Amino acid sequence: MRGIVYVLATLGVIVLAFWAYRETHATQRAEAQMRALQSEVAALREAIAVQRAEWAYLNRPDRLRALVDLNFDTLELLPVRPEQFGDPEQVAYPLPELPAPLSGPVETVFDLRDAAETSAEAPAPGQTEEELP
Amino acid sequence: MIRTPLRPLARILLARARGENPDAIERENLRLRAEVARDRARARAEGRLVVLAGVFLLAFTAIGLQMGVQAASEPAEPRRWATEADIIADRADIVDRNGRVLATNLVTHSLYAQPHLMIDPERAARALAAIFPDLDAEAMARRFTDPGRRFIWIKRRLSPEQIQAVHEIGEPGLLFGPRQMRLYPNGRLAAHVLGGATFGREGVTAAEVVGVAGIERVFDDHLRDPVNAGTPLVLSLDLTVQAVVTEVLEAGVRMLNARGGTAILMSAHSGEIVALVSLPDFDPNDRPLPLVDGDAADSPLFNRAVQGLYELGSVFKTFAVAQGLEAGTVRPSTMIDTRGPLRWGRFQIKDFRYYGPQQSVEQVLVKSSNIGTARIMQRIGAAEQRAFLDALGLLAPTTVELTEAPTARPQMPPNWSELSTMTISYGHGLSSSPLHLAAAYAAMVNGGTRVSPTLIRNPRPVPGPRVISPETSDILRDMLRKVVTEGTASMADVPGYAVGGKTGSADKPRARGGYYDDKVISTFAGAFPMHDPQFVIVVALDEPVFTGGGDARRTAGWTAVPVTAEIIRRTAPLLGLRPEIAVARPSGITAVRN
Repeated sequence: MRGIVYVLATLGVIVLAFWAYRETHATQRAEAQMRALQSEVAALREAIAVQRAEWAYLNRPDRLRALVDLNFDTLELLPVRPEQFGDPEQVAYPLPELPAPLSGPVETVFDLRDAAETSAEAPAPGQTEEELP
Repeated sequence: MIRTPLRPLARILLARARGENPDAIERENLRLRAEVARDRARARAEGRLVVLAGVFLLAFTAIGLQMGVQAASEPAEPRRWATEADIIADRADIVDRNGRVLATNLVTHSLYAQPHLMIDPERAARALAAIFPDLDAEAMARRFTDPGRRFIWIKRRLSPEQIQAVHEIGEPGLLFGPRQMRLYPNGRLAAHVLGGATFGREGVTAAEVVGVAGIERVFDDHLRDPVNAGTPLVLSLDLTVQAVVTEVLEAGVRMLNARGGTAILMSAHSGEIVALVSLPDFDPNDRPLPLVDGDAADSPLFNRAVQGLYELGSVFKTFAVAQGLEAGTVRPSTMIDTRGPLRWGRFQIKDFRYYGPQQSVEQVLVKSSNIGTARIMQRIGAAEQRAFLDALGLLAPTTVELTEAPTARPQMPPNWSELSTMTISYGHGLSSSPLHLAAAYAAMVNGGTRVSPTLIRNPRPVPGPRVISPETSDILRDMLRKVVTEGTASMADVPGYAVGGKTGSADKPRARGGYYDDKVISTFAGAFPMHDPQFVIVVALDEPVFTGGGDARRTAGWTAVPVTAEIIRRTAPLLGLRPEIAVARPSGITAVRN
C-alpha cells in the first residue's frame, strides 16, 4: 500500500514537473512574441508619425496654393467668395414639361351650347372622361 | 536481521541447571529489544530534523538571494501588456481646431564621435567636412586626435541622406544617437503662436525637447507630461483661415510699404483666436536668434499682435462713446460742441478737418472727431474712465497663452490727469496691444460681456462679467456699422457681411518725445456681421503709405481698411458665415429688444 503511494507521488511529481517545464517554455515564447510585436507596433507608430508629418508637410497651405496656381489650366480653382453662397430659394424649380407637339388632325367642331351647359363639370383640357373621379 | 528469541532454550536450560530464574533472561532480552527500537526511532527523528533544517535553509537562502538580486539590480518598469497611447510621441502634437497638425515630432539622429574607437581620424574629419560644409576639417582632426577627449558631439540633427553619407565613411568611431525633433510642417504659418522648441538636457540616447517661446513654452509641462502623451493640444486657430489672413496681410504690407503688420481674428463671444498673424514672421523650424542690439520690435521674433504696445488712436473713441452712453451723460442724438481747437493749458486738441460747430454723438464717432470725443469724456472724469478701461482689460496684460503676453503691460500715464483723460479718449497717451483692442471690441459688440482672448479651443464658453448693458451694445453696433456705411471706413463694406468698426491712425511717437508727422500706426477694429457679431477683427499696419492716388495717404481708411475688407471677404465664407444680401436694416433705426 505504501509502495503504491510512493510510486504515484513520484509519478505525480514527474508529470507536474513536465507540465511546469512546458508552461515555462510557452510563457517565454509568448513573451518573446510580445516583445517582437511591441517593437513592430512601435516601428509602425513611428512610421505613422512620419507619414502624418509628411502629410501635413505636403498639405501645407503655401504648397497647395502654389500647386493651384501652377495647375490653373486644368483645375480652375479660385478662392471661395461670398457670392458663391446661395439660398435654396434662388434655385428655380424645373419648368413643367411641354406637351408633345401636335402632329395629327385636331377635332375642332363641337356644339358650343353643349359646352356651355356642361362647363361646371367640363373635363379639363387634355383629360378624358375615364380619368375623372 | 535474525530476531533474537525472548526465551532462548539453551540459556533457559542452562539457567535452570544452575538454579537461576529464567524470567530474568526474558526481561533482559525485552530490555535489549526496547533499546534497539528506541535508538532506531531517535535516528529517524534526527534525520527528519536534518531534512527539515535543510529545507528551511534552502528556502531562506533562496529568499535571501532573491532579495539581494532585487536590491542590486536596476529597477525596471513593469511591462505594459496593452498599449493604447502613442509611446514614441514623447511630446504631444499641437493641432488646429480641425485637427490639422501644427507641430509634431520626427525621429532623427544626432552624430557623435568616440576618438579612441577611431581608425583613421584625419580621413574621418576630411570626409565629414565634405558632407557638412559648415564643419572645419582641420579643427575637427585636431579634436579627434586629442588623447584627452573620449566623446565629441558633431551634429545635433541629421537628415536620412546625411546619415547614409556618414555610414559610408565606414569609421567605427562615428556613432549615432536617436533624437526626437520638433517639426512645424507649415513653416512660417502661425510662427508667433507656436514659438519654437529646442533641445534641453542632452544624453547619448535621448534628448528632451523643450519649448522656447509661444504656446510651446507656456504648455511645456503639459506637452511633455507622459500622462497626456498622444492626446494633442487643440488650439483655437483655423489653419486655413490663418493661411488666408497671412496671405492677404502680406500682400497689404507689401503694397503699402509698411514695416510690419498684424491681424487678429477672434470669436466675439468665446474669445477664441481663429487667426493671429504678425509680420514679419520667421520659420519656427529654424528659429532666428534674438537681436543683440537695436530695437527688439524690428526682430521677426517680435509678436506685434501681443507684444506690440502702440497708441492706437481713434479706435479708442468707441470706448469713450460707450462709457458716455452707459453713464447716461449722453445719448446718440446729444449735440456736442466740436469747435476747435480745444485748448487745455498750452495743449490743444485738433481735428483732422473741421466738422462744423456741433455734431451729434453718433456723428462724432462716425466722423471721428477728437474734440467731440474729448468733450464727451470731460463730462465723465478720470477715475471713471480708468475703471471702465480696466474693466475692459485694457490696463493689464492679456491672459492669452503665450509667453510674450505677461510682458506686454499697457503703458499709461503715471498721474491720470484731466488732460490724460481727454487724450486717452481718442487713443493717445495709453499704449496697448492690438490683442487688447480685439478683446475690448468683442465686449463692445457681443452684448456687453467681457472676453478673455484664448488660443485654446473652448467649445463651451462662459460669458464674462458684464461691462456695458445690452442696449448700449446695440447702439454701438449701429454706430460702428454707420462708420462703415457713411464714415471713415467706407472701403470696409463687404457686401453681405455687414461689417462695422472704427478706424484709427495714430502718429508714431519719437524715441525722444514728440510725434512723427509722416509715420503712423493705422488700425481698423471691427466686427461682422453687425446684426449678430460672430467675429472681431483687428488689423494694424506699421508705417503704411498708400501712393495710388498720386499723393501719399496714411490714414487707416486708405490702408488698414482695404486690407481688412479683403481679409473678411476671403475668410468669412471659410468661417461658415453665409452672406446676407437681403438684410438691409435701415440705418438710423435701432433694434428694439422685447
